[in-house]
Amino acid sequence: MATNILSLPEQEFMLPGNRACAGCSIGIIFRHVTKALDGKAAFVVPASCFTVLCGMYPSSSVTVPIINSVFPGTAACASGLAASLERQGKTDMTVVAMAGDGGTADIGIQALSGAAERGANILFICYDNEAYMNTGTQRSGMTPLAARTSTTPTLGKIQPPKDMPAILEAHGIPYIATASPGYPTDLYDKVQKARDIRGTRYMHLSAPCPAGWHYEAKDTVAMAKLAVETGTFILAETVEGVYRLTGRSLSMAKAGKRKPVREFIRTQGRFSRSSEEALDELQQWVDNRWEAAVHRHETS
Amino acid sequence: MTSNPSAVSVITGNKAAAEAARLARVQVVAAYPITPQSQVVEALASYVETGLLNAEFITVESEHSAMGVCIGASIGGSRVFTASSANGLAYMCEQLSWAAGSRLPIVMGCANRAMSAPWNVLNDQQDAMSQRDQGWIQLYCRDNQEIFDTFLQAFRLAEEVHLPVMVCYDGFILSHTVMPVEIPTQEEVDAFLPPFQSSTIVDLADPRNINPVTLANPRGNVEGTLCHGYMEFRSMMQRAHVDALTAIDRIDEEFASQFGRRTGGTTRSYLLEDAEVVLMAAGSLASEATVAADFLREKGVAAGVLGLRSYRPFPVEKVVAQLKNARLVTVFDKSLSYGYGGPIFIDTQAALFASEKRPQMHSYIAGLGGRDIKARELADAAQSSLDWLNEDKGPKEAQWLNLQL
Repeated sequence: MATNILSLPEQEFMLPGNRACAGCSIGIIFRHVTKALDGKAAFVVPASCFTVLCGMYPSSSVTVPIINSVFPGTAACASGLAASLERQGKTDMTVVAMAGDGGTADIGIQALSGAAERGANILFICYDNEAYMNTGTQRSGMTPLAARTSTTPTLGKIQPPKDMPAILEAHGIPYIATASPGYPTDLYDKVQKARDIRGTRYMHLSAPCPAGWHYEAKDTVAMAKLAVETGTFILAETVEGVYRLTGRSLSMAKAGKRKPVREFIRTQGRFSRSSEEALDELQQWVDNRWEAAVHRHETS
Repeated sequence: MTSNPSAVSVITGNKAAAEAARLARVQVVAAYPITPQSQVVEALASYVETGLLNAEFITVESEHSAMGVCIGASIGGSRVFTASSANGLAYMCEQLSWAAGSRLPIVMGCANRAMSAPWNVLNDQQDAMSQRDQGWIQLYCRDNQEIFDTFLQAFRLAEEVHLPVMVCYDGFILSHTVMPVEIPTQEEVDAFLPPFQSSTIVDLADPRNINPVTLANPRGNVEGTLCHGYMEFRSMMQRAHVDALTAIDRIDEEFASQFGRRTGGTTRSYLLEDAEVVLMAAGSLASEATVAADFLREKGVAAGVLGLRSYRPFPVEKVVAQLKNARLVTVFDKSLSYGYGGPIFIDTQAALFASEKRPQMHSYIAGLGGRDIKARELADAAQSSLDWLNEDKGPKEAQWLNLQL
């Protein structure tokens, strides 16, 4: 049964006050991930925005164990930790690797691929804010078409992002899901589902970023919802190879309704100077992916 | 295996390393193959598959991940082991620094191999020497018995001083060469090496943020207590290294009292008491040098050998004390700090700077990329240095042994 926003547990594992930027979506993500796990988790974190959120020595803004890792090595450190804790009989916590898009799809992909191929018993969560936000918004392999970053400063990015869930699907792991802080109960339910599966589980989370996408800090949740409502970010899960749309994306597919991408990006400064041609190309890319996802949902 | 009596096996250096890890009851092993180290992890994989070793063997996709897994597993409370060589060790580079900064008692083997380019899989010590400043203890072994014994001592040492230890042994020369090695029983090893005690806290009831961003200056916690900044942590690491010098020698004493043989701890000397000419080296070359010293003694030259076992920490006082009566020290380095000289030569020279009586020192670069070095050639080199000194020719430039340029 799907969780209702009113039935979410009240206990928090993030303390009031942290070093994240105003309007950062990672706080919403972390709160719902830890609520879903009832705080019974050890997090492995590479260099990333989440490191900043967690605070500087000797203060910490979170109340679960955090193990920092080198940038490319999140999945390796997490799989070592998981194997070790299991050997010590410490089975009271889920080992969660939580990395940004760079730490997942770019520099972290080798260790992640290795861990997934071995079936390491970890939940790997990528919070995808679509660029290297912690170092000043440089382009990553997850930056969308047409978005301007500090390393695609005038033309915007000319390549589409990697399809990380598909890459993980190709590894044959038991659970893959996408989720969004705009739909926290969907996120919550998926984390609980992932928790109860053994092996490598992968979740790809949309993580709107006011500092890097250049929108007003108050609009983070609206931005997360629009990403889904335009089909730019698709809510889905793949359980044992079976692909299903979920939540808002599923209801949109059923209703056959989807907002144009321009509604999502119109208030984002990173697209403000993109050409109409580039935005048309982005719309086409979104359309193609959406249609493929709906087709896959209907035929699987 | 536990009830077998202590026995002598004729085994390779790689097998000696694997046997030591097995008897140390390592709990997590993560490794990636590279010549000449591969046999260590192959042996451990087979021990785990056949139940000889109750451990988790994690077949990672790279050396970077091998050390990453070791770091995670060590933080998680397990005794861990890995091994590598050359490019693999270099690929671990940032993880080596992370392991040391985390003060984790990881023990790894390094079957020393030349760094590329050009490709070369044969022995020298450039790989380990290039990682000198990552914060690891580096111990060099002369023969296969010493490899076995050093690994057992390394676990004790790492877990006592909270620093990772790299046990270095020459690729092929030791890694692939069989020698008799006395293997103690599991009970004997257990009596020397107690079960692993973790110093890292991963506990829901006591959540810690391990290795968070740490500023340059000390910073107050919520109670207002001033906590260390980055430099304080680094200073503690340096102190642990310096303190490890005593620990290395003491652990060797304890090992000797139980097993009746010693590695020598930080150094291993041969005929040093009255030596006028000292040949100095690390690894198998130190063993070869003892044969060279015998040749020189036959000719009436009072020669001895100072084998350097601990390169980091560098045993300054012991080296100075052991060289105080020498007239001449010839240092044979199997690696090079390009643009300066042989690292052991440079460090020994620096160590001797403050002593009142300083011997003449000559540097030899030898054996790079597997170039063969015979004991006779070491003796000839020392003899030529002695002649140079006797003829009062002044400072001598570093010589490349057997160079055909």
